This record gives sequence, C-alpha cells and structure tokens, in this order.
Amino acid sequence: MSSTSIFQIAGSALTAQSQRMNVSASNIANANSAVGPDGQPYKARQVVFQMTPQGPSEAVGGVKVTGVVESAAPPRLQYDPGNPLANADGYVTLPNVDVVAETVNMISASRSYQANVEVINTAKALMAKTLTLGQ
Amino acid sequence: MIDRIGKEFEFQQTALSLRQHRQEILATNIANADTPNYKARDIDFAASLRGALDERMRLPDTALTLTSARHIPAQAHSAGPAEELYRVPSQPSIDGNTVDMDVERVQFADNTARYQADLTLIDRRIKSLQAAMQQ
Repeated sequence: MSSTSIFQIAGSALTAQSQRMNVSASNIANANSAVGPDGQPYKARQVVFQMTPQGPSEAVGGVKVTGVVESAAPPRLQYDPGNPLANADGYVTLPNVDVVAETVNMISASRSYQANVEVINTAKALMAKTLTLGQ
Repeated sequence: MIDRIGKEFEFQQTALSLRQHRQEILATNIANADTPNYKARDIDFAASLRGALDERMRLPDTALTLTSARHIPAQAHSAGPAEELYRVPSQPSIDGNTVDMDVERVQFADNTARYQADLTLIDRRIKSLQAAMQQ
C-alpha cells in the first residue's frame, strides 16, 4: 500500500463522476427526442455506482460504474395532433426525461468531481513534500 | 549503528504511515460520496498508534473455556492496530449512504496538516542527526 493508491481512489471517482455527467448530458440533450434509432422515444438513463475495495484493507477502495440502467418512468404525452408522430388521439409520446432532476444531477456530479480533484492535488503536494524529506 | 538510527525514526515512521492510511480512508469516503449504501469509515488515530507501537497493549485473543471434551474450541482475534470504524451519520440519506461531505473534507484537511507536521518533525530530526554526525 503506497500513496499512489490515493490517486487510484480519487481517479476512479473522477472517471465515475464524468460518466455520470455524460449520461446526464445525454438525457438533457434528448429531452425532446420523440424518436430514437429503434423508432421508440428516448429513455432516460442513470449510472449505478459501486464501491470497489482494493488492497489489504476493505475500508479503502475506489468507485466504479457497474452499469447504466434505463429509467422505468412513464413517458411524457404531449397533445400535438399536427405532428406526424401523433397517435390516433393526437398525442405524441416524448421521452421520460426529468430535466430539472437531470440539472440537479449534473451540479451534484460536478461538485463531487471538484472534491476529488482537490483530494488529488492535496495527495500530490504531500507526496512531493515527502520526497524532499531530509534535503 | 544503522539499526540504532533506524530505531530513532520508528515512532515517526509508524505515525506517518498511519496518517497515510487514514488519508486513504478519507479519500475513499470522498470518492464514494454518491455510492448508494456506502458507509463512511474512519480510524481512531490515537488508539491505532498506541496499538501499532506497542504489541503488549493489544488485548490477548479471547478464548472460550472448555469444560467438556465435546466443546468446540473457539478464539476471537482481538482488533489489529488500525481498526476501521463506521462513522455515525448526523444526517442519514435515503439511499443508505452515510458520507457527510463537510465532515470528510474537514477531517481530510486536518489529516493533511498533521501529516505535514509529522514531515516537518522528521525533517528536523534528520537535520539534527546530520549535525551530530558532522561534529
């Protein structure tokens, strides 16, 4: 166990949080995509985080994304009879993206990302100081 | 001769590596701030240092008294030098995560300052030994 493990821990969190931001960005960008490549409306996605213990101590470990799950929330229906995608009643099925929740998610992810960058900077400074010991 | 110089640094070295271990645990807490069901952990630094420095301070293994030949012998291993404990959450969250970012950041900064203080002490110790050798 060396001080490089802090870089691994915080680095894994950076990867995980940036993936969360990617997914959130995709959700926000496709909030109104009524049709996807499979002909169905876009479905909101969420990342699933899991702690991964590393080294001899199980209290120490990074975080990894174990999967990206599709939201099971019902799709949004909008009355727009002029739209070619409208059904017999004149409703268009839109994605189940909650734009407000995604914005909050994005802010939360960026704050966590910043906290981990701070951890890496501190660890780097400490390591540099340790290396100059006795000089 | 060299081993006596090594002995000089034993205490500082143990303290520094414990600080390093605590830094890793706190980095893990910060990295897993958004992981569902993750429980924040920490070590009692004073108790861990005492345990790591003095093997005699450790409690002997707990054993069951056997009063019959058919009893199954069992032993409970006493806690190692660094026992990772769980933090008591002040504001539990609904996803089962007990990381309080404020607490973790404060502890991380505190641990960093103390690590640097340890480094300074070791540095001074090296300097004074060097001065003694040059006499």
